[in-house]
Amino acid sequence: MTKTTSQMLKEVIKLGLIAGLISLSLSVIGMVELFSKRELIAGIISLGQVFLFAPPIALGFMAAQKVAKEKKNLPLIFGAITGFFAAIPLIILIILESNFDLRQFLPNVSPALVDILTFSLDPIIGSLVLLVVTTVLGLAAAGMYLLPKHIQKPLANGIIYTLVIGLFSENLSERLRSFFGVGFVKILFDGKALNVVTAIILFILIVVLTVWWTRQGESVKARFTPKSAQEQKRNRRITLGAGVVFLLFLPLLLGTYLSEVTNNVLIYVLMGFGLNIVVGFAGLLDLGYVAFFAFGAYTMAILTSTSDLGVAGISFWLALPICVLVAVTAGVILGVPVLRMRGDYLAIVTLGFGEIIRILALSDLLKPYIGGAQGILQINKPIIFGIDLIKPDQFYYVVLTGVLIAAFVSWRLSESRLGRQWMALREDEDVAEAMGINLVATKLLAFGIGAGFSGLSGAIFASKLTSIFPHSFNLLVSINVLCLIIVGGMGSLPGVVVGALILVGLPELLREFAEYRMLMYGALLIVMMLSKPEGFWPSPVRKRELLAFKEQNDPTVVQEEG
Amino acid sequence: MRRRFQNVNFIDIVLWAMGLGILFLFIWGTIKGLQNPKYGPSDYANFVVLGIAQGSMYALIAIGYTLVYGVLFMINFAHGEFFMVGAMTSTVFIAIPLNETGFFDRQPLISLLLIMIVAMSTSMSIAVLTERIAYKPLRKAPRLVPLITAIGASFFWQYFFRGLFGSQVISFPEFAALKGSLSLFGLEILKSRLLVIIVTIVMLIGLQLFIMRTKTGKAIRAVAEDKDVAALMGIDVDRTITITFATGAAMAGVAAVLYTVVFRQVHYFMGFFPGLKAFTAAVLGGIGSIPGAAIGGLLLGIFESVGPSLFLEGLHIPAAHQLKDVIAFTMLVLVLIFRPQGIVGERLSEKKA
Repeated sequence: MTKTTSQMLKEVIKLGLIAGLISLSLSVIGMVELFSKRELIAGIISLGQVFLFAPPIALGFMAAQKVAKEKKNLPLIFGAITGFFAAIPLIILIILESNFDLRQFLPNVSPALVDILTFSLDPIIGSLVLLVVTTVLGLAAAGMYLLPKHIQKPLANGIIYTLVIGLFSENLSERLRSFFGVGFVKILFDGKALNVVTAIILFILIVVLTVWWTRQGESVKARFTPKSAQEQKRNRRITLGAGVVFLLFLPLLLGTYLSEVTNNVLIYVLMGFGLNIVVGFAGLLDLGYVAFFAFGAYTMAILTSTSDLGVAGISFWLALPICVLVAVTAGVILGVPVLRMRGDYLAIVTLGFGEIIRILALSDLLKPYIGGAQGILQINKPIIFGIDLIKPDQFYYVVLTGVLIAAFVSWRLSESRLGRQWMALREDEDVAEAMGINLVATKLLAFGIGAGFSGLSGAIFASKLTSIFPHSFNLLVSINVLCLIIVGGMGSLPGVVVGALILVGLPELLREFAEYRMLMYGALLIVMMLSKPEGFWPSPVRKRELLAFKEQNDPTVVQEEG
Repeated sequence: MRRRFQNVNFIDIVLWAMGLGILFLFIWGTIKGLQNPKYGPSDYANFVVLGIAQGSMYALIAIGYTLVYGVLFMINFAHGEFFMVGAMTSTVFIAIPLNETGFFDRQPLISLLLIMIVAMSTSMSIAVLTERIAYKPLRKAPRLVPLITAIGASFFWQYFFRGLFGSQVISFPEFAALKGSLSLFGLEILKSRLLVIIVTIVMLIGLQLFIMRTKTGKAIRAVAEDKDVAALMGIDVDRTITITFATGAAMAGVAAVLYTVVFRQVHYFMGFFPGLKAFTAAVLGGIGSIPGAAIGGLLLGIFESVGPSLFLEGLHIPAAHQLKDVIAFTMLVLVLIFRPQGIVGERLSEKKA
């Protein structure tokens, strides 16, 4: 059934308006304006503009894709139409803002935003320019779609990677300056953004590299693929050794600020490994995971603090195992009441537990012991061989050790009998029980070990900050950790690292993101679940499971949900 | 008798011991609390009225959880956000401008209606949009997947509206007509609380009629019973599910207006805790049942308002009102352990629970 041109036109106009509405939303919630302060390529393009124009480009591409299937000759025009209609909602906003004062309702619709939308021109001329720009972008996106694959890919890579490098140019220039001096950086960067010339060179470089890789990649890969088992072993050892050396010298490369960021990422990785056992391996959705983080942190604080609230004043290293033990115990105790619950009920109850713990920590009831809202101060830093590990690049090694231990334990567990029991549990509780798996022990072990990692992480966190407050242990931490294991890929250890880098590392590097962090998490969770539910770095088992579900999409099969 | 004991295992014993411990604390605290001279009978009566008003809002929000759970067996985590969206939008776009023009004081009833219509329609459109984007494509996915998108949607809307209206607390103008209190049955009841109770009763009756008497209501019930058979009977299942979401969101919109009238402030995070509490109420009453949601809401509201002064202070806990939320969550955990079908709910089969 082919559609008539007018039907297609209607669809494409709808696509265009959707693109426009997305751009409009991004503008009115203030993202475009805030992000336009970060320039990617000096004087040419800012992050705000990328956000503003990405929807017309993406949907222009989609329009071309849709049309090309049925009408071979029209994609370009339809792409342009998409772009054209994408501008309409924005223009309405410009007109409204210049005639009424929208700011009393929507604080982010400011003159600065209109300036960005109209390219600092007069509203009417600016609107027309905007219309032309989005139309051209829609057209370009459609053109991009029509290009043959071997041209399309290098071009897209070139644009995307150049913009990404531009995005991080502030940190990049700061690092390069400390290695090569100011003069070198001045050549490449213009303020905090990429120089136009640098950007063009980068773009060409990336395009050339991509072309070379698509032509030669296979043969390069083949040269490094091990031919015998021995060689494979040797290769693995070399990679492992290189990895360890890299991790050991990372702080030297990163400097103080980036080391601090890395420490935060690693703390989340540590928590991620723990939650990965509970959610990823055993399939128990725990939303109160932050409670165990709090247990670890508060135990560390009470044991090592030199303030009035500290009781023991022992060293970090002595307190650490106690913290883990406390967290494990808490995990098992809180695990008992929820043993019979599944899925969404479990999620809500654990969320309730997390909140109860936070409220109790805040309350006057426990104030004499853990300080209430004022928290606990003067927590000891770890000392090793007489060196106080105060600076982030020193503290890095403490966190790294924790992460490596957790990674090793998780890795060994995932292959063990217990790990397999967890996976059986995740797939079908009833069948697992019928197979002779002791549900109580298996579940409690998952809760306990997961909580232990979290407690370790909390203890390190407390020592890193030297002071803790109940507000650090709110629900958002649990959600963050959950997001990162989902984004990385449930049940996958490298996935946790990837997830933490994306969800914790990126927002810390791009400070403007802070305000919209949760918004993007939310959107990311939905998009991930819709398009790539297995995550960026999925574990092979999980991938197979989800694929099986996709294949089951046969309406005649009675679905599990009943 | 012996056979009964054979089925009891260690976990059951632990759970029962825990439940008995909490029950003992509750009774002990209540006895002690009743001896507390700080509060007299009229104070408790006031607490109960406050609890009923608060519980009415929970009941209205709980309807949304119950309806959606009834048809999809999914906890719509983002439901609290539908409530927030209605409250914020109607406050910023209707209530504040109307107040500035003075229309608010001249025509309080029309203003209230206008606010309510805007709140309900915003809540409904956001709900339908969320359903369309985040839930509909995932009907056949594993159960964890839509739950995760629901969490995502919840945070997305929270921070979207934070971006839209700012992160500050926005105050809702005061209705002159609702100032002060009325004397009823020898009790001084704040007018705003009375409004909440009356509106809730009207809405609940209307909803019950809608579900039981109309064709759409029948379709909702049929889909809740069995989607495949409903589809065979010529019911458009997808459309019915959308209507279910919209109905629940409309109730959340009404609750949002009542909330703003009583508490007179809106905030982007305001939907989260009422949402959780309402979910607790839905579970308490028996998820899937509308009368259950009403009863659960009322019970939770009363417990929350009476509890801190009655049994928590009876246990000599300092600043007991801080632990109000702990009561709600503890109730949730206890209900899920001991009576997962809720007060009026039927026992759900293993698969549904």
